Amino acid sequence: MNSLQFMLSHRTEVLAATREHLILVLISLAIAAAIGVPLGLAIVGRPRLRAIALAVASVLQTIPSLALFGFLIPLPFIGGIGAHTAIVALVLYALLPILRNTYVGLTGIDPAILEAAEGMGMTEEHILFRVRLPLASSVIMAGIRTAAVITIGVATIAAAIGAGGLGTFIFRGVSMVSDAVILAGAIPAAILALLADFLLGLLERRLKVT
Amino acid sequence: MSHPIIEFRQVEYQISTISTHPILSGVSFQIHRGETIALLGRSGSGKTTLLKLINGLRRVSSGAVLVQEHDVRDWDIIRLRRGIGYVIQETGLFPHLTVRENVCLVPQLENWPADRISSRYVEVLQSVGLSPSLYSQRYPRELSGGQRQRVGVARALAADPEILLMDEPFGALDPVTRAELQREFLALRRNLTKTVVLVTHDVREALLLGTRIVLLDSGRIIAEATPHEFVRLTHPVAREFLAAAELATGAPA
Repeated sequence: MNSLQFMLSHRTEVLAATREHLILVLISLAIAAAIGVPLGLAIVGRPRLRAIALAVASVLQTIPSLALFGFLIPLPFIGGIGAHTAIVALVLYALLPILRNTYVGLTGIDPAILEAAEGMGMTEEHILFRVRLPLASSVIMAGIRTAAVITIGVATIAAAIGAGGLGTFIFRGVSMVSDAVILAGAIPAAILALLADFLLGLLERRLKVT
Repeated sequence: MSHPIIEFRQVEYQISTISTHPILSGVSFQIHRGETIALLGRSGSGKTTLLKLINGLRRVSSGAVLVQEHDVRDWDIIRLRRGIGYVIQETGLFPHLTVRENVCLVPQLENWPADRISSRYVEVLQSVGLSPSLYSQRYPRELSGGQRQRVGVARALAADPEILLMDEPFGALDPVTRAELQREFLALRRNLTKTVVLVTHDVREALLLGTRIVLLDSGRIIAEATPHEFVRLTHPVAREFLAAAELATGAPA
């Protein structure tokens, strides 16, 4: 049985898994952005906090994903089996690109523009919300885009701790030694990643000012 | 005689206390209402720093800068800056805002009513020779260097400040556009009674636009002169500037 036939005959299951996968990714990205963007703002002008935050986020990203899921299972509150543990892990992975791009975007602005803003009598708050953030938005969006692609891939492993999603097919396919079943999870995951990359790329270009 | 609108009193400025070479040293002079002061000097002479002391972008190490008889340190810095127009080389426009949004920014921050902002926008854009309707929705990247600089001047004038600070405003322009803008600046100044402080390294520009020229060298004022007097100065630095522009009259003493 080839994979296309398998996917067609199991389309309701595949669609449900895709939906689950997408929900896992969207929730994780939203939380990562809600942490990463404000943290990126906070580390501008605070070198010590910046060093710590970027180091921690980088180290988190180096932990093999299966190991990270494993580490989280025994933890109280955030751990255990299921989607919420997977979300914690995915947030930790998505954090670095969002945090780093927010920082780079905010600090990469032409200093002459910031000095003009200051010289015109804009307050720090005005400069942040009317100058820095709008000018950094496309770089921040590029970080969210990278994070989305990473998260869609890593989320397939979340099935290992019972979080569902497209990884369910992949793990099942591995144990059944069936390429068709593996591809039923892998192909939709790849399509999701390509779509996310394309759509967020469009958004990123729209936000870009030259 | 009326009080000076801007006054420098024994101003010293250095970046760190251990630095042996101050950026500005022993600077004292006064600027009166309606004057156009050209701060002339080579790169690194301290002229831009001197300008930035007026709107508090730099703070004196010792001495004092007074604006409208109040020490810059005692001013509410936001109030002070909103009352001073600031024009820098073309990079100063906000790239993500339209011409109209750039120009109307300070009036908007000052909570002017919408109709007053609209009429002011039309007024200042016309005063710099641009069509208000044609340019309102354009972004800085869609403008030529000369147009950007006009918008920069319009933005600085928008809230009708008494003082205008200009940091090499025409420096990045081609010679023809620069000459055009300089002529328009002179016409504009005749109609507006603003006090202007202009930083330039171009002695021709200083002579053309300044009612008084302040010559800086290595952080010190070495001459204050009207354009008429300036061409007769005997100080070697002044002679260098004039010789470079082939404007020297008579032999140096």
